Amino acid sequence: MKKSMYGKFGGQFVPEVLMPALTELEEAYGRYKDDPEFLKELDYYMKEFAGRETPLYFARNLSKKYGIKIYLKREDLVHGGAHKLNNTLGQALLAKYMGKKRLIAETGAGQHGTATAMAAANMGFESEVYMGAKDVMRQHMNVYRMELMGSKVNAVESGSKTLKDAINEALRDWVTNVEHTHYLIGSVVGPHPYPMIVRDFQSVIGKEVKEQIMEKEGRYPDSIVACAGGGSNAMGIFYPFIEDNEVKLFPVEAGGKELKTTEKEALHSASLCVGEEGILQGAHTLILQDKYGQILESSSVSAGLDYSGVGPELAYLADIGRIKPCCVNDDEALEAFYELSRLEGIIPALESSHAVAYVMKMAKTGELGDLVVINLSGRGDKDLETVFKLKKEEAKEACQ
Amino acid sequence: MRIADKFTELKEKNEKALIAYVCAGDPSAEATKEIVHALVKGGADIVELGLPFSDPVADGPTIQAASTRALEAGMNPDVYFEMAASIKENVPLVCMTYYNLIYKRGNEKFARDCADAGITGIIVPDLPAEEAEELHVACKKNSVDLIFLITPVTTGKRMEKNLEKTSGFVYIVSRLGVTGERVDVAESTKNILARIDTEVPKAVGFGISNGQQALEVIKAGADAVIVGSAFVSIIASGEDVNRRVEKLASELKISCR
Repeated sequence: MKKSMYGKFGGQFVPEVLMPALTELEEAYGRYKDDPEFLKELDYYMKEFAGRETPLYFARNLSKKYGIKIYLKREDLVHGGAHKLNNTLGQALLAKYMGKKRLIAETGAGQHGTATAMAAANMGFESEVYMGAKDVMRQHMNVYRMELMGSKVNAVESGSKTLKDAINEALRDWVTNVEHTHYLIGSVVGPHPYPMIVRDFQSVIGKEVKEQIMEKEGRYPDSIVACAGGGSNAMGIFYPFIEDNEVKLFPVEAGGKELKTTEKEALHSASLCVGEEGILQGAHTLILQDKYGQILESSSVSAGLDYSGVGPELAYLADIGRIKPCCVNDDEALEAFYELSRLEGIIPALESSHAVAYVMKMAKTGELGDLVVINLSGRGDKDLETVFKLKKEEAKEACQ
Repeated sequence: MRIADKFTELKEKNEKALIAYVCAGDPSAEATKEIVHALVKGGADIVELGLPFSDPVADGPTIQAASTRALEAGMNPDVYFEMAASIKENVPLVCMTYYNLIYKRGNEKFARDCADAGITGIIVPDLPAEEAEELHVACKKNSVDLIFLITPVTTGKRMEKNLEKTSGFVYIVSRLGVTGERVDVAESTKNILARIDTEVPKAVGFGISNGQQALEVIKAGADAVIVGSAFVSIIASGEDVNRRVEKLASELKISCR
C-alpha cells in the first residue's frame, strides 16, 4: 500500500503544480508532529485559546426518555462553537513553522471559515475564505464573524454554490499562490497528507473521550455516533477507538429529503451510504456522481454536511466494515434539534442534530447498546435562522 | 494522426506547432465540428478537444463557463467520442479531461475509445505521474500518447519522472495559476524552458492569447504554443465565431513559422 492510501482509497489526484506543496507539507508535518516545542505551543493554544478539554456531559433527560445512557462530547463549547478550531489551530501553527504568510480555506456552514479566521487573527496571518454563494446566504452571521476577525470572504458563484465549489475555488487560489500560501483544509478530505493531518489534529476529541468515559463509567462506550459530511468530527472521535473493536462506530450522513437522485442532483449527501467510487478533489473515495462520472450536487438542510464526497479513510473503514454508515433525513434531524434543545437546554448544530437523531431513532432497537457517546460537534446558534424559516414555511403549508 | 508524425512533418518545414484548445459541445457538438474545421483552416496543427467535467479545478473562469455550457447542452463521453470520430481533419486530436471521467469509464475502455475515435493523445490535469500507472499502461497498449505537465515549481526527481513518462509532447505550464489569458508570458517561459532538457517537443500553455505572446514563447525556445481561453472567449461571444476563430488561429500560426 502506498503511504498516501487507505486501502484502495486516498491518493493525490491534484494538478502537477500542487505536488511539491503536498510533499513540503507532508515533510513539515512529519518533522513537527512529535517536536516538543511544536506540541507545547499547540497544547497552549488548545487549552488557553480553544478552551479544551471539553466536557463529556451525561445527558440525563435524554437518557431517561430513550432508555439508554447517552453522553454528549461537548465540542460545541470549543471557542467558535464547533470542533473546527482543533484543526485550524494545528494547521495554522504548522503553517507558521513552515514560514507561510497567508492562509486560505473553504467553508460550508461557515464554522471552518470562522475557525480559520480565529487562528489567522490570533497568529498573525493574512486570510481568505471561499464560501459557496448559497451558503453565504443561509449562514450570513458566520460571514460577519469572519469579516470581523479580518478574513476576506469570497462568495463562490460556480456550480452548486456550496462546499464542493468552495473547495474548487480554494484549490484554484492555491494553484496560483502556492509559494507563500497554506491551504487550510477543514475536513478529512482532499489529497494526502490532508486526511491524515486533519484526522490527527481532531483526534484530541476521541483521546479525551477515552479518559473521560473510563473515569465516569469505568469502561468504553458500546457505540460512538457522529455526523459525517467530509467527516472530520467523526474521524476525530473514532480514530482513537479504531483498534477497540468492541466499540461500534456510526457515522451519520445527511439523508436530505430522501435517498434519491435526479439527473443533476442528489436529494441527499450520503456518499458513504449510497455513493460510488470515484475521484473528487484530490482523493479516490466514495462520491455522488452520474453514470459518466460527473459530480452530482448534494443536498441537506445542514450546510456543513452538504458535500458530494467523504473522507477517504472513512470510505476505507466502511469498506472493511469497521464503521457502520447510516443516515437520517432532514425532518429527523430537525426533530432532534428541537428535542435536545428542550430536554437538555443545549441547542445543537443542525449537523450534530443528525447524530442525535440517529440515537433517538435507534435507542430502542438495541443496536447501539446501553452506553452511547454522541459527538456534539457544534452549537446551533448559527442555524436559528434556517430553522425559523423552515418553521414558517411549515406553518404556511399547514394554513393552505 | 499521431502527434510525433505531426512534429516530424513540421520540423521538415521548419515550423513550430500551434495547439488549439476548445471545449467539446460548447455551444453544441455540431458547432464544435465546425470550429475545429475553422481552427485547422486557420493553421492549428493539433487540436485539444476538452471533454467537460463538472468540477474543473485547473481551469479559470473562461473554461469553467465553457464546461458548464457544454454540459448543459448535453455533452457527455458517449457523444464526445461519436463527435470526435466524425472529425476528418488531417491533424492529431488530443483529449483533455479530468480523471474521474476516465476512472468511471475505465482506464482501458477510455484509452480504447480514444484510439477508435481517432484521438491520439490524452492530457489529464488532475492526474500526476504517481497516480497515472493504470492509464499509462492502457494508453501504451492503445497507441495513445499520455501527456504530462511541467510547471515552474516542478523540479529535480519530479521533473525527470514527468519527462520520462510523457509522450507526444510535454505540456509546460509557464506560470502558476489556472488557465486563462494573461499579459506577460515571456519571462516565466524563458526561465522554465532553460531548466528542461528533453528530446520530446516542448509545448507551452496557460496565458497565451495573441500572436505577439506566441512569438515570444517560440523565441524563448518552445516547439509549440498552446492556446485555449482566447478561442473559448470567441466561442462564448457567439458572434461570427468560425471566421474569428480562423483569423486568430492564422495570426498565431504566423508566429510559429
